[in-house]
Amino acid sequence: MDFSIANPTELVSAPIEHRFEPYDDNGGTSLAIAGKDFCVVASDTRQSTGYSINSRYAPKAYELGDNAVIAMNGFHADGLTLKKVLEQRLKWYKFAHDKNMSVTALAQMLSITLYQKRFFPYYSFCCMGGVDEEGVGAVYCYDAVGSSERESYRANGSAAALIQPFLDNQVGRKNMANSTYTPMELDQVISIVKDAFTSATERDIYTGDCLQIFIIRKGQPVELQHYPLKRD
Amino acid sequence: MFRNQYDNDVSTWSPQGRIHQVEYAVEAVKQGSAAIGLRSNEYAVLLALKRSSGELASYQKKLIKIDEHMGIAIAGLTSDARVLSNFMRTEAMRSKMLYDRPIPVQRIVSTIADKAQVNTQQYGRRPYGVGLLVVGYDETGPHLYESSPSGTCFEYFAMSIGARSQSAKTYLEKNYEQFANASLDELVRHGLLALRDTLQQDKELNIHNTSIGIVGKNEDFHIIEGDGLQKYLDLLGDETSRTRRGPEERSAAESIAAESSREDSNTEVDHGDVAPMDTDN
Repeated sequence: MDFSIANPTELVSAPIEHRFEPYDDNGGTSLAIAGKDFCVVASDTRQSTGYSINSRYAPKAYELGDNAVIAMNGFHADGLTLKKVLEQRLKWYKFAHDKNMSVTALAQMLSITLYQKRFFPYYSFCCMGGVDEEGVGAVYCYDAVGSSERESYRANGSAAALIQPFLDNQVGRKNMANSTYTPMELDQVISIVKDAFTSATERDIYTGDCLQIFIIRKGQPVELQHYPLKRD
Repeated sequence: MFRNQYDNDVSTWSPQGRIHQVEYAVEAVKQGSAAIGLRSNEYAVLLALKRSSGELASYQKKLIKIDEHMGIAIAGLTSDARVLSNFMRTEAMRSKMLYDRPIPVQRIVSTIADKAQVNTQQYGRRPYGVGLLVVGYDETGPHLYESSPSGTCFEYFAMSIGARSQSAKTYLEKNYEQFANASLDELVRHGLLALRDTLQQDKELNIHNTSIGIVGKNEDFHIIEGDGLQKYLDLLGDETSRTRRGPEERSAAESIAAESSREDSNTEVDHGDVAPMDTDN
């Protein structure tokens, strides 16, 4: 490998390409925890660009059908459109099969929908929570192109790295002596969720303002709770 | 009664200024079982009589949901109805995505009418063989429209289509002034009475052969079938089949007789899938 400059006094100019950046990161954090017969999906409502706040209340978790909630982190516009596309597909499923989509079917459909845009992805990191057909809580997490897995708990978004280890320990009971994972009760889960978010709000600038908690239980309408978070 | 030389395709006018193929398509609608629509100031309701091809068979679905705020009743070729209803569903979803609001009923019905009109003018195509009664609730309140294979669409307070629908129409014409301020139960009861008048001898309305669709201000379009119908049929009490006609209703009875004579009176059950090739001139 040798570098040689043919004529050092000549100026080399390359064409400058102005590209339109199609994506943005609107920040925020979400998490989902599955219980024995329920699921909790929580996300903060702050939407930001760079170091500015766009809105203190811009929800990024949506109900899909009556048995699933999906939280979308990343680029809000893509998350919103993805939600609209999913809603349409949900409607066609109902028209074609005369029944509502199960959470497992919806999870697969989301994976497919994301991969269909493999070469211009939805910049949306999703976390879906619901109750499956056997009545057991379910959490599915995705990357931007649809790689997915069913888990018991997952944190996503700007403070994911702060919250996920906390969940691994407190929900998954990892790295604790004589302790294994058992599904938790609802009130325990809610208190873990609140603690996770208040702590994340302290250290992550993109997380704060308001916390939305969706509680999905079989055979009941989805319950929504709001708690304030620090606004700094 | 005789086959004309002007009825082979839809792009031929007859010397009398008619397009026979379109008229034949309208006949196909009359062969389907009855469907009735009526509306008040708050609700729009569809009622239909479902037909089955035999005692062991299921009953043909007559009501189709298009969107949360809209539904249709069909009479005629069911396959054409399926195609049109899928189109309407797509249009409703597309409009919702574009404008973030449910599509106004008038708009979607005009779109269907324009689609139907193309088939009455292009060479080589055939008109849709299905009539639709469209109910919906939008910003301007509840609506009922009829769409026919001819490409026309009109709005109505009450309308009926299909076999023996003239009897229902007579009832509706007599009672329509009571519809505007009727409660939902009263409206459905009127509809059931009208539907009952389209029954053949010795037949009755029951939870298997009846279908009701309701949409209103705070009520998404939903279809009631099976056991859920019982509480509405109870509004009729014991009289779920046609009552004997009194003297003042004799003219209605005559028109019913005229309608029945056009049909095959040998069979117990009608078949709604054959359109006659000849018109009655």
